[in-house]
Amino acid sequence: MTVQDRVIAILADQALLDPSDVTLDDTLESLGLDSMGLVETIFAIEEAFDITVPFNANAPQESGFDVSSVRSIVAAVQDLATQRA
Amino acid sequence: MRRVVITGAGTINPLGRSVPETFDAMRAGRCAIGPLELEGIERLSVRIGAQIAGYDPAARFSRSQLTLYDPFTQFALIAAAEAVAQAGDAALASDRAGVVLGTSGGGLQTQDGNYRAVYEAGKDRVPPLVVPRLMANAAASHLSMTYGIRGPVSTVSTACASSNHAMGQALALIRAGQADVMLTGGSEAMLCFGGIKAWEGLRVMARDTCRPFSADRTGLVQGEGAAVFVFEERERALARGAKVLAEVAGFAATSDAGDILAPDPDGAARAMRGALADAGLAPEEVGYVNAHGTGTAANDRSETAAIRAVFGAHADRLRVSATKSMHGHLIGAAGAVELLACLMALNAGVIAPTVNYRVPDPDCDLDVVPNAAVEASVEAVLSNAFAFGGLNAVLALRQG
Repeated sequence: MTVQDRVIAILADQALLDPSDVTLDDTLESLGLDSMGLVETIFAIEEAFDITVPFNANAPQESGFDVSSVRSIVAAVQDLATQRA
Repeated sequence: MRRVVITGAGTINPLGRSVPETFDAMRAGRCAIGPLELEGIERLSVRIGAQIAGYDPAARFSRSQLTLYDPFTQFALIAAAEAVAQAGDAALASDRAGVVLGTSGGGLQTQDGNYRAVYEAGKDRVPPLVVPRLMANAAASHLSMTYGIRGPVSTVSTACASSNHAMGQALALIRAGQADVMLTGGSEAMLCFGGIKAWEGLRVMARDTCRPFSADRTGLVQGEGAAVFVFEERERALARGAKVLAEVAGFAATSDAGDILAPDPDGAARAMRGALADAGLAPEEVGYVNAHGTGTAANDRSETAAIRAVFGAHADRLRVSATKSMHGHLIGAAGAVELLACLMALNAGVIAPTVNYRVPDPDCDLDVVPNAAVEASVEAVLSNAFAFGGLNAVLALRQG
């Protein structure tokens, strides 16, 4: 599975959707994920990729981890996974 | 109705080992937040906190006492000793004396250390007194045993509102005639690996320091310590010539019945209104509100909205400060230590500041007493505590 497939699988699991229903243009809002769902998602991503995601729920926009869309989350995870490798 | 006054106060917290030391630090706007020193720090991403610097249990307690006293019990005993010394031995000389303390983690360091021993070090044996050391009522029971307090003794655990709920119960017990005097307040000793690791998971912890109501805040910072008060039926206190520090005029508790984490301004506002009504205070009589003020985006905005809803135009004349910016978030002891700032406002006319404040936030546009204490004559105050789980507990004090 690619990074993209794995991130989408994690988001789909959190949003109680089938992965085929999640597109790169989806947002947290369109997936119905609230702030707690996002924190759970980030935890699942960290566990799946063995990375540390810089994310602070108080200042999400300044965390250096772009959560504005599925596409941006996939890209951010790819970056972090590459840095780790 | 029987009225209740405070006749003793004691504390140990990151700002000081006594009430006078704490007042001095609050007056000076000193911030006790710094690098954490604890076992396993290298595996934590949160590395700042407000510890009681240089605390040496062996200097305060014997070896046999320490076998029984988790740090949260130690802090409660140290705070109580100061409070009882101030109130006088006569305060507790009654079968109708009790204790009700707040704590969230209870003997968490005892649990953490013994889990480490059995899980990490693979030990098959723990010391015999782990259970009485870790139980959440250990601190209350040791206060009872130390001072021969034989009436109602219990512990309240409602996360960040624990000590306000506890003090509300102490007030209710005395009003109802079930006790004449109560030791009450809260104690917390959560600064250990497991205690901090759990908070990391929420991703609400500050990166640099605690900056309540400042637009550049990044979250909360944990602290540790205790504050204990002597609450006493007013006529009894006056009859024995006790010095009255303040009247505990009112209390109210509400529940949001909404989200487990996200605060609801309506729940907070109902608790503040309830405390005012219970105290028979008009909003305009209140000069200072000790805010819950955690430094998280969610709390600070919600609390500001709630204060505006309760106080209307008077909100712009109120002083509202978040002393967590100095002593950190003492979780189950937060309301107790913060009540000290209320006593300082009522008795010394000094309002403790919100330190580390840098950037105004339009969503938190109250007079938060930024960075420096101010002098103000204050007749009545509120102290807010809002817990995860949607539980809100507000105390109202007036000059005694």
